[in-house]
Amino acid sequence: MNLTLNVWRQKGPHDKGGFVKYEMTDINHHMSFLEMMDVLNEQLVKKGEEPVHFDHDCREGICGSCAMHIDGRPHGPMQGTATCQLHMRVFKDGDTITVEPWRAKAFPVIKDLVVDRSAFDRIIQAGGYVSVNTGGVPDANEIPVPKKIADEAFNAATCISCGACVAACKNASAMLFVAAKVSQLALLPQGKVERKNRVEKMVAQMDAEGFGNCTNTQACSVECPKEISQDFIAMMNREYITAKFTSDNV
Amino acid sequence: MNLNSRIPEGPLAEKWEKHKFNVKLVNPANKRKFDIIVVGTGLAGASAAASLAELGYNVKVFTFHDSPRRAHSIAAQGGINAAKNYQNDGDSVYRLFYDTVKGGDYRSREANVYRLAQVSVNIIDQCVAQGVPFAREYGGLLDNRSFGGAQVSRTFYAKGQTGQQLLLGAYSALSRQVATGKVKLYTRTEMLDLVLVDGQARGIITRNLITGKIERHAGHAVLLCTGGYGNVFYLSTNAMASNATAAWRAHRKGALFANPCFTQIHPTCIPVSGTYQSKLTLMSESLRNDGRVWVPKSLEDAARIRKGEIKPTDLPEEARDYYLERRYPSFGNLVPRDVASRNAKYVCDEGRGVGGTGLAVYLDFADAIRRDGRNTIEARYGNLFEMYEKITGDDPYTTPMMIYPAVHYTMGGLWVDYNLMTNIPGLYALGEANFSDHGANRLGASALMQGLADGYFVIPYTLGDYIASLPFQKVDASHPAFDEAEKGVKDTINKLMSIKGKRTVDDFHRELGNIMWEYCGMARNAEGLQKAIGLIQQLRADFWKDVNVGGNVDELNMSLEKANRVADFLELGELMCRDALHREESCGGHFRDEYQTPEGEALRNDEEFTYVAAWQYTGANAEPQLHKEPLQFDNVKLTQRSYK
Repeated sequence: MNLTLNVWRQKGPHDKGGFVKYEMTDINHHMSFLEMMDVLNEQLVKKGEEPVHFDHDCREGICGSCAMHIDGRPHGPMQGTATCQLHMRVFKDGDTITVEPWRAKAFPVIKDLVVDRSAFDRIIQAGGYVSVNTGGVPDANEIPVPKKIADEAFNAATCISCGACVAACKNASAMLFVAAKVSQLALLPQGKVERKNRVEKMVAQMDAEGFGNCTNTQACSVECPKEISQDFIAMMNREYITAKFTSDNV
Repeated sequence: MNLNSRIPEGPLAEKWEKHKFNVKLVNPANKRKFDIIVVGTGLAGASAAASLAELGYNVKVFTFHDSPRRAHSIAAQGGINAAKNYQNDGDSVYRLFYDTVKGGDYRSREANVYRLAQVSVNIIDQCVAQGVPFAREYGGLLDNRSFGGAQVSRTFYAKGQTGQQLLLGAYSALSRQVATGKVKLYTRTEMLDLVLVDGQARGIITRNLITGKIERHAGHAVLLCTGGYGNVFYLSTNAMASNATAAWRAHRKGALFANPCFTQIHPTCIPVSGTYQSKLTLMSESLRNDGRVWVPKSLEDAARIRKGEIKPTDLPEEARDYYLERRYPSFGNLVPRDVASRNAKYVCDEGRGVGGTGLAVYLDFADAIRRDGRNTIEARYGNLFEMYEKITGDDPYTTPMMIYPAVHYTMGGLWVDYNLMTNIPGLYALGEANFSDHGANRLGASALMQGLADGYFVIPYTLGDYIASLPFQKVDASHPAFDEAEKGVKDTINKLMSIKGKRTVDDFHRELGNIMWEYCGMARNAEGLQKAIGLIQQLRADFWKDVNVGGNVDELNMSLEKANRVADFLELGELMCRDALHREESCGGHFRDEYQTPEGEALRNDEEFTYVAAWQYTGANAEPQLHKEPLQFDNVKLTQRSYK
């Protein structure tokens, strides 16, 4: 099939950037979206132009690197899918496809479609862990966890840190990302000891990074490639309020 | 060169305990005087960096990703083995040790593997304490499953995302140390050379991938936790950016590369669909529990299927060849990875392959669905079927899946001693980057185990033995050795940028991959390997004359990143062929056509080849020098594998 691509090109953080049109011919519908971008890049390099820069790595939807805003939706038109798992068969011959980077103050553009998501790492560094050192821990089966709780914690833990939730949100809020980690650890007995301190610190860091607030539009869950539930945001809000009223900080 | 493996004396089960007592200690107040460089943030790197920082060392950790959590360990699906024996089914440290040595076709070190089995139990405890959400039983205790031909259930898992959850555990421990300031984290920073001062590893040269700045980092020890080199084949299940550059540049500086030809080819991957293909996706091996592998019996039927004239479901039973069940009646579709892979190749070579390219076989669930019902199959494999449909557009409930083998893991790597130190003092290799524990073939669910064993429970003990022998002085990054290494890195980059040829980096990489797959893939022979060596040398010469790297050096330039990596693959590929050529036997993932049993199984030559082949670099276009570390088996009897 033949397609027209409208791709955001931006030389660097201080460049204004803009859309550039590329005509693509003979695109095989079995290709993944990123393979289609590879084909474009090969053509650009052969013409002596710079390839379109984009983050990508595992290409099986788990590393969270890829991050393209396609036709106005993070990761494109398929539900529960990262950009790398999107295949060309969902497009039609003659389509025009618009490709942009994530748009959020806390995710500044580095080049083309590559953005800086290190704010997410700093939020985790603020408290997204259980404070245990290597060694000296109890036997794994000394900490029984009800299956339902373990499964729910797992559902929260599947977050791949791609940032689609932020890109989808009109407020560029990172609530779903933070809520997923806060909930995973608050649900498990291992994480309960530090739960109040954790949520306070992670939320403070989230705010400091310049992410917006949550107004419950739920776009984040809809666009999340791992389909992480909105309920975790409610859980985090509960955690946060409890922590604020009954803080362990003495 | 004397390859001293430093295996401790004494009975197998006491070696590690004794060794831990005998290694030198660094007192807690002195640890802060030492700087440790960790390259890579996968399971091995993240766990090592976190654990060493907890002990008090100053750690600098480097990743070329934008976040440590994106390392390729994240993509491991199946699980992690541990000899917990929670299932009361007869597992033990000794059994895990035995299975691993046997699975590796007797080409690994007994002492290392035994230690791996010993610390496996600690890993699970550690991960659970971190909040890794492993699968659980209704009683709240941990669930296990069986995996990869083991006869016990010792695999811990978190749905099909075990690697992700374990890596996030290690990443969280690492993040905690970043917050304390004990770890300094460098993201989007790639190691491009190792610096030796007086023969000791004293630092690295890196490139900041955003600014292009070449930087030097000095330390008392360098830990390479940089993963495997499967991407030498261009197409593999590895992530796109996985590369051998850190390990290879250390090799160029004198670190020996061991058993490079030992590559694991996984039988159940989604087949290639066209030349634009960028990577291959693994489908969990567990599918072979219920799926039946077949191709058409006749060449004519296969041709008609490839042309789309008939569908696989049109073929009656008697026209199908369930070749694994036919050739291996007792193991059937559950033969080990290498056997399943090789047989798929054979039937496709005969012209009976299916799919558009003829390089695919069927994995059919029709019988399982008839027998157990669609709901049962959906409960077992629902997410895998969904993933398959997303990629191929086919519904495996109604038409057989198509699969084909793909490169998955590399057992070879930098040679290390029992302390995980390479032959260069102060240079260590952990995880897939070293060669040590899997011999000629790795068992399923053992890669995660090894990465975390090395990082959490081996290096924190063994590193001290070396560090304790060093003076406290800071390492000086203005030493001429740093100047020289930095100049070398810059020269290489400038050379790559100045060629301005006609072919893209990917073009060269693809061609190298084709050569490797054809001649150094599932089955190898002397003639093919010799041919491959010539082809690679030619390709390498062409690369340095005709590669086209666009963009600039002082900005984000992914073509340049790739060019650096492919330049190294072009040397490593040749070494792999040389290793495969010299090893005149078949063992594990290394199958030589000339050395097989009358039934077509791998035929080892224990008399001559019970050793680790460790290669020394002698120059880009010079023949490498072979060193041998003999392997001694005091506890396990060497036997011929049979799956008939």
